[in-house]
Amino acid sequence: MSILLFIEQVLNGLQFGVMLFLMAAGLTLIFGVMGLINLAHGSLYMVGAFAAAAVAGATGSFLLGLAASLVAAAAAGAIVEVAMIRRLYDKDHLDQVLATFALILIFSEGTRWVFGSFPLYLDVPSWLAGPVTLPGGIQYPAYRLAIIGIGLAVAAGLFALIRWTRIGIRIRAGEADREMIGALGVNISALYTIVFALGAALAGFAGALVGAIQSVQVGMGEPVLILAFVVIVIGGIGSIKGALVGSILVGLTDTLGRFLLPVAFGAFLDPSSATTIGSALASMSIYILMAVILLIRPTGLYGSD
Amino acid sequence: MRREPLINAAILAVLLAVPLWAWWTDEPFTITLATRVVILALAGVGLNLALGLGGMVSFGHAMFFGIGGYAMGILASQAQDYEPLMEWPILIEGTKSMPVIWLTAIVFSALGALAVGALSLRTTGVYFIMITLAFGQMFYYFAISWPAYGGEDGLSIYVRNEFPGLNTLDPIQFFALCFAILLAVLFFMSRLAKSAFGLALVAARQNQERVQTVGIGVYRLRLAAFTISGAITGLAGALFADLNRFVSPTMFSWQTSGEIMVFVILGGVGRLYGPVAGAALFIVLENVLGGLSEYWHIYLGALLLGVVLFARGGLIGLLAGREVAHD
Amino acid sequence: MTEPILEIRNLCKSFGAVVASEEVSLDLRPGEIHALIGPNGAGKSTLIKQIAGNIAPDSGSILFEGRDVTALDTVARARLGLGRTFQISSLAMGLTVLQNAVLGALGRRGRVFRFFRPVMRDRALLDAARDALQQVGLEDFAAWRTADLSHGQRRQLEVAVALTLKPRVFLMDEPMAGLGAEGSLRLTGFLNELRHEAPILLVEHDMDAVFALADRISVLVYGKVIATGTGDEIRANPEVRRAYLGEEDAA
Repeated sequence: MSILLFIEQVLNGLQFGVMLFLMAAGLTLIFGVMGLINLAHGSLYMVGAFAAAAVAGATGSFLLGLAASLVAAAAAGAIVEVAMIRRLYDKDHLDQVLATFALILIFSEGTRWVFGSFPLYLDVPSWLAGPVTLPGGIQYPAYRLAIIGIGLAVAAGLFALIRWTRIGIRIRAGEADREMIGALGVNISALYTIVFALGAALAGFAGALVGAIQSVQVGMGEPVLILAFVVIVIGGIGSIKGALVGSILVGLTDTLGRFLLPVAFGAFLDPSSATTIGSALASMSIYILMAVILLIRPTGLYGSD
Repeated sequence: MRREPLINAAILAVLLAVPLWAWWTDEPFTITLATRVVILALAGVGLNLALGLGGMVSFGHAMFFGIGGYAMGILASQAQDYEPLMEWPILIEGTKSMPVIWLTAIVFSALGALAVGALSLRTTGVYFIMITLAFGQMFYYFAISWPAYGGEDGLSIYVRNEFPGLNTLDPIQFFALCFAILLAVLFFMSRLAKSAFGLALVAARQNQERVQTVGIGVYRLRLAAFTISGAITGLAGALFADLNRFVSPTMFSWQTSGEIMVFVILGGVGRLYGPVAGAALFIVLENVLGGLSEYWHIYLGALLLGVVLFARGGLIGLLAGREVAHD
Repeated sequence: MTEPILEIRNLCKSFGAVVASEEVSLDLRPGEIHALIGPNGAGKSTLIKQIAGNIAPDSGSILFEGRDVTALDTVARARLGLGRTFQISSLAMGLTVLQNAVLGALGRRGRVFRFFRPVMRDRALLDAARDALQQVGLEDFAAWRTADLSHGQRRQLEVAVALTLKPRVFLMDEPMAGLGAEGSLRLTGFLNELRHEAPILLVEHDMDAVFALADRISVLVYGKVIATGTGDEIRANPEVRRAYLGEEDAA
């Protein structure tokens, strides 16, 4: 095991974490402001990926594909919010879970109907296709490095949006006291639609970025959604900062677990059992991390009571 | 005048009549469908204890369904390969005996529910939903990455397991066995709902503070309910695996959790026979709508939305109206 | 002098800069009604919550029959014999009135982990529950859904559930609130008798009831007990007059 390989894995973990952040940030924002648990967030991730793959395939431009993912996911989010989600804000969590589960069924089958069951492929643009050489001689794919950069930039932008802009002030006010900002004359239903569309756009954008590494297919969103839930449980619900820290923790734990655990077991087991046990344990590592955090802080690292 | 008991009796009568009729006319596929309904209903009855009575929105019940399924798969596959499960420190052999398999499924899914519940019940509300969903996914990935029992491909059992005095390969006999178990569990649940434990559990769902103020600890109450709930769903998992003679990680998937929840909701949350009605409706829809369109999940989604937004009592609620049991 | 059943020593609690309880000390003796009064925002609710175990004090201690219960939670304190009623009725609204009362009797008896015997056919529990309902005058409403009760009836049920616990101490948070003149009068008579079963720590805004019932009154202002004494002593206390009348003038 070389140090270079290790650094590469750390970068992979970061890239994974940054992607998770784009999902978790939207989820946690939507919960924080509207009190809604949205299982269909993974569908918006899928919508973004399909939009990007379709538009990039038709035009040949990856950037147009990315733009399409933002527009399509935000539009899908806004439409769903206006048509259905807003009826759920004052319902209990069970209703929210069921209704958004129903949305998953509709989104997934609808996508299958339009695009068929075969996966689509989204190519990494040629100008990001090769590896770059990092200080120390590490060769790392330019595209993955770009994802890390873009993700961190989006995170910074999101913090700035919430801290400095008018809409951010309203979002924070909405988290603190919903009735009051309505009484102050803020158009609350417009605010909710904007927040939902913003979360949707982030999810769709993540879907498009990941779509170029993995295949674009129906059902791609839900495993990521569940990981984003793990992130939120770890970070604390409603906290963007918690989502960022949780995402990076989960990304690194998962990637490094898969890399290191088989190696660690190799120290005292024969290679094939070491790989078996190591990778089986690695598949559970983030959930074990979640369990430990739950034992220590049931409300998550940055959660309030 | 209460209609719910009549409706319940009618549901059971239909559930019994359909496979008998199919047996008469020699249509084994219909008997198998009815057996599916019975087993899925059992899984739903398990969830309904946590969800309907206890108010614990578990989106991870597939993990108990899967534990039950793998209890069957592992024991039976060891038995069919004539290899002991474990030789040291004590010899444990596989088995094809259903009672032993059921007991194993119940014990291990109860232990799983106890462990997951002990952690998840430290939180409430949205956290609880997300955590149960996540733990379910953990079991799913573990089943995929553990190669000893088939990994992603699952595990086939060539011959259905045995029950003393019955030919379980005969569809109607296996149906009867599953139906008897469902009846027994429904009877147990009807007693539980009216017991001291049931009263405290329902009261805690409605008002946790009230229950604590009379000196009853809510955490232990819920943990016990969650454990029993997991055990029942685990038993259903063992039967489901035996019906298909196949187990795979799909039994652990979040979609399975979602479907078990859908049975409960379609039928009516907290109604004793809700999951039975819901599972039956689900299988009927799957076969009717599934025949009409490959994309029948769209209609299922629309129906589910309709129930959530407009008909919270589910099927039994629609038929029986909004009445409360007084004793 | 008899030993106090409930004793609160130097309780302090603050939320950020807001001091809710400052060195609060008071006690409750057998057979008495000790009323706790004070203007809105004086910290009465916070004090009740600390006594019941909902929130932990920053410092100080709570003794119940000589035993330090500061570290115990609500459930444990209820088991020891703390019978609490809430300012805003806290009942299982979907259950019947009788079921709510049986729940109380069940809490008193323990043995909740019984899965098979129908609880609503348990003679002992039913008798205890019916008895309590009768004491508050709700026996005719036993089969009603709790959510269908009037506001005043819910307050009565609150008290009935506390009665089923056969507590050593009653902790009542504004039981008269919203009862109307006649209801208040009836409850006043009832509490007057109840003190012989167990002493009552009574938080109440209805001053007629307080001065009619209380053996002793403590006045809480800005988290501090400024006076404790009989009704006459409190009426004559200059600090109390300043706290109440001064504020009335300002308002």
